[in-house]
Amino acid sequence: MAVLVVADNDNAHLRDGTHKTVTAALKLSGEVDVLVLGQGVSGVAAEAAKIAGVRKVLVSESEALGHGIAEAEADAVLAVAGAYDAILVPATSGGKNFAPRVAAKLDVAPISDIVEVVSADTFTRPIYAGNALETVQTSDAKKVITVRPTAFAAAGEGGSAPIETVGGADAAKTRFVSEEMVKSDRPELAAAKIVVSGGRAMGSAEEFSAVIEPLADKLGAAVGASRAAVDAGYAPNDYQVGQTGKVVAPSLYIAIGISGAIQHLAGMKDSKIIVAINKDADAPIFQIADYGLVADYKSAVPDLMNALTAAGK
Amino acid sequence: MKVLVPVKRVIDYNVKVRVKPDQTGVDLANVKMSMNPFCEIAVEEAVRLKEKGAADEVVIVSIGPQQAQETIRTALAMGGDRGILITTDADPEPLAVAKLLAAVVAEEQPNLVLMGKQAIDGDNNAVGQMLSALLGWPQATYASAIEVSGATAKVTREVDGGLQTLDVDLPAVVTADLRLNEPRYASLPNIMKAKKKEIAAKTVADYGVDVAPRLKVVKVAEPAKRSAGVKLESATDLVSKLKTAGVL
Repeated sequence: MAVLVVADNDNAHLRDGTHKTVTAALKLSGEVDVLVLGQGVSGVAAEAAKIAGVRKVLVSESEALGHGIAEAEADAVLAVAGAYDAILVPATSGGKNFAPRVAAKLDVAPISDIVEVVSADTFTRPIYAGNALETVQTSDAKKVITVRPTAFAAAGEGGSAPIETVGGADAAKTRFVSEEMVKSDRPELAAAKIVVSGGRAMGSAEEFSAVIEPLADKLGAAVGASRAAVDAGYAPNDYQVGQTGKVVAPSLYIAIGISGAIQHLAGMKDSKIIVAINKDADAPIFQIADYGLVADYKSAVPDLMNALTAAGK
Repeated sequence: MKVLVPVKRVIDYNVKVRVKPDQTGVDLANVKMSMNPFCEIAVEEAVRLKEKGAADEVVIVSIGPQQAQETIRTALAMGGDRGILITTDADPEPLAVAKLLAAVVAEEQPNLVLMGKQAIDGDNNAVGQMLSALLGWPQATYASAIEVSGATAKVTREVDGGLQTLDVDLPAVVTADLRLNEPRYASLPNIMKAKKKEIAAKTVADYGVDVAPRLKVVKVAEPAKRSAGVKLESATDLVSKLKTAGVL
């Protein structure tokens, strides 16, 4: 069986979700091709060709593909879909945007956000904000699946797959207007080994930056936030960790001033070690935290900074 | 302009769900149900478009058991004009829902379908995209701002890394993200008035759509429980524990 993985990229570089989706694809079959969509993506294609286990890299370029417009992305995937039994897409905002469109055009039921490949037609995925795991078996001949990157290890390097150019695609009814990306020198949230997250307790955007960012920088961590902190305007939208934001699974997740609502836990409860700092000893976050400090963040975070310095960090 | 808003009746987002001991699903007996939070945001946006004069009719549609009528009434109390309830005892998959909605669109001819980005039960995040694919319409998902002008809509979308703005031709499908708006509460007089608004009673058979499931649920299990942690006395203790665990 042949499997197509659609790469996640920003036109300049491959994103980590691609390597993880290749791992899921290799559990299905040894015949895994990667499709790179974008504009000016020869560098991305070269990176994809180096992923171990990849048989071939297809490159589809056009202006609409460079801006991640779903109609064009779905059409580009459909143009090559005939040769594949399964199409796997990283469950990022871009992947979730076009994958269901591909499925509808193929008249198949998409399987969203899988966390496990049980067999070639059976997959496990979280439902109800991660409070239940559903195992489904598909009867569709062609499968369209989005893969939760944090649930799979990244495929290694060392491959040397040939690169082939295929046709681009256009989106006649949609025009790109502008984009506004949050600039950050910190590691990407979804791929970071350590995440420091702040909640509503911070009280203001200034306080959020003053408390959370220095700690994150000291640890080389990415910054996350609860929905409450994002809704209150303390942190940008794309910092949000949870059912409706990003799903992370770092080695260390430090939740500061976050109560631990169901929807937040859905985004971080697979972290290896969870640390909670909260002055409310009854906050639900303590029920899943490996280590908890019942303390006001105003004293606990400076103490933690000092302790890290003392420990040579 | 006519706006069609699909809404879903789901388990209330505050309820802690329980998996049935026989692993056939989640226990929904005697559990509080509500309108999916993202659907509320879509209804609110449609009503705001009407209040701004950009839309002249807001039609609410729901697919589900007879009780989904309550969900439609809630949307009508928020400002929807009339409802369509397609009853079914099955829990149709996103593909079937998209096909049913496409049939409703063919009948109603709306200029805009405004819906939630995902339902908090299945967490699929698929129906809006699938509906626009079936209709051959453009899509704008995860909307945090919508500006309708003439035959197009300018939609700002929440994407990984920031925001993106697209201009789409109408008719189109737009799915609402959390920050699009703050949904209003229905007032008591509006709840009373909503009782008089018309809800057309339909069934899946009326649309001739095959809703047979493509996916067989093998089992529904509880996620692995995390072992209980410890509360520490000081930041120094914390750092030494983290060093021992090898994460620092």
